[in-house]
Amino acid sequence: MTEELVVNIGPSHPSTHGVCRMVTTLDGEIVRHVEVVIGHLHRGIEKMAENRTYLQVVPLTDRLDYVGSMYANWAYCRAVERLAGIRVPERAEYLRVIVCELQRIASHMMSVGPAGADVGATTAFMYTFAQREQVVDLFEQLCGARLTYNYVRPGGVSMDVPEGWVDNVRAFCRSHPSAMAEVDRFLFGNVIARQRMKGIGVLAPEDAVAWGASGPVARGSGVSWDLRRDDSYSVYPRLDFDIPLGSNGDCYDRARVRLWEAIESCRIIEQALDQIEPGPVMAEAVPRLITPRPGEAYDHIEGARGSLGVYLVSDGTPRPYRMKVRSPAFCNLALVPMLAEGHTLSDLVVILGSLDPVFGEVDR
Amino acid sequence: MALIDDLGKALDSSPGGSVILTSVDAIMDWSRGKSLWTMPMGTACCAMELIAASFSKFDFDRHGTIPRADPRHTDVMVVAGTITYKMAPAVQRLYDQMPDPKWVIAMGNCAVSGGIFYYDTYSVVRGVDEFLPVDVYIAGCPPRPEALQDAIFQLRKKVDSESVAPGRVRDVEYVLPLPGDPRAGDRIQALRDGGGRK
Repeated sequence: MTEELVVNIGPSHPSTHGVCRMVTTLDGEIVRHVEVVIGHLHRGIEKMAENRTYLQVVPLTDRLDYVGSMYANWAYCRAVERLAGIRVPERAEYLRVIVCELQRIASHMMSVGPAGADVGATTAFMYTFAQREQVVDLFEQLCGARLTYNYVRPGGVSMDVPEGWVDNVRAFCRSHPSAMAEVDRFLFGNVIARQRMKGIGVLAPEDAVAWGASGPVARGSGVSWDLRRDDSYSVYPRLDFDIPLGSNGDCYDRARVRLWEAIESCRIIEQALDQIEPGPVMAEAVPRLITPRPGEAYDHIEGARGSLGVYLVSDGTPRPYRMKVRSPAFCNLALVPMLAEGHTLSDLVVILGSLDPVFGEVDR
Repeated sequence: MALIDDLGKALDSSPGGSVILTSVDAIMDWSRGKSLWTMPMGTACCAMELIAASFSKFDFDRHGTIPRADPRHTDVMVVAGTITYKMAPAVQRLYDQMPDPKWVIAMGNCAVSGGIFYYDTYSVVRGVDEFLPVDVYIAGCPPRPEALQDAIFQLRKKVDSESVAPGRVRDVEYVLPLPGDPRAGDRIQALRDGGGRK
């Protein structure tokens, strides 16, 4: 036992994946206690939503989880549709599934790559980012934006696919699994990367459930919980897909689950492209000023980080009375003090990276 | 950089020194402008485009702008993303740690003016220029990586016009008209009229 040392990490630190500050108490190199300080990106989006009409809130939801904007769009729009009783055309539902699975690939690439970079395998980041750029290009062809799409709207999606887009998506889905197999080989097959990630930050399944973890963090621990299957929404019941599960619940399993989910997403997209039929992409007679009856609605989807929910309260005016976002990144980030205790300082970075927090969504 | 500053001061005051001063300026500005290492102060969405700019497709490094996480290694701070009142002291402190000469690029609407978070919120600084001297503003929410590259070129022009002698400005002629240059419209019209010749 040496004298305890308090080290401050962040809020601007290349390995904190955003503006996270961690006040770490160290015993030599061993982490004894971590205090995560959040709120450096608190922009008051939930409060802002109370002063916007229901349509005007959609661009704000883009900025929540900026690595996976489509999810926040969709979760919010589902809550609005439930509140106002809007039925979404089938083609729009398929398009939502396709863009959200593409978004899952883009988001997971932004997690698997840095997971490698955290343990010193920077090459993997280059490869995964090249894949992400391809998805971003597809989104740019679809709606003109690279990052903040504003594509999913209450009642459907903003526009139909451009000519040739479906072929581009199919071509990407054919090439993506082999690129992932390559990353799997030289990142997760690398002895140094394996030793840095295996057995680090082990999360027991019962702890994952007790702490409200969801998404790849819970599935890495072997908790078979995926809203796409267990609370099936949209057209997911018609699609056939597997849910990758980890067994040990360490950083290695969490990162690997993400890699396999990105491959599984390609299967979902290909099936959705086979099943999609021409038709309208926006529900008829959705008013510009949506004015639901007084009431409340909650809806959740399986985002890239886990169960992403939006709770809306209406008081009968064209603006929401209250919007609350159930952020998976926030719930997963709460695990850091528990997981990091007893590991070395260099492992703290790996553990934080494996939880994949996005601070736009944590702080809102 | 104290030596360089003294040199500039001495050359400026000595008779005939300005001839040498122009050469020293040219070398200094050339070397400074061609290796603007960046401090990526990415906080929110724009940070994704900041990362994208340094990766394979856009490849920022070929312009000599290498992102460094340590402020003491860097020349230009790229403020990419929303700055909240809680974050502002950290940004200020990092800026203070950068060695002179230093520049600031405000990337994205949030850093320029608060952007989408200008109204109705209580926690967002309405533009990073409230506490930092900004040299180049890039609009967009978020801007494309190409826009960030253009900002580096714009900043390079600004670096070119600086002199090592205090209070002096180098007279540099820009080859291309800057956007917003009223003469640009005339030139385009002259080209349409057949190059100004009849």
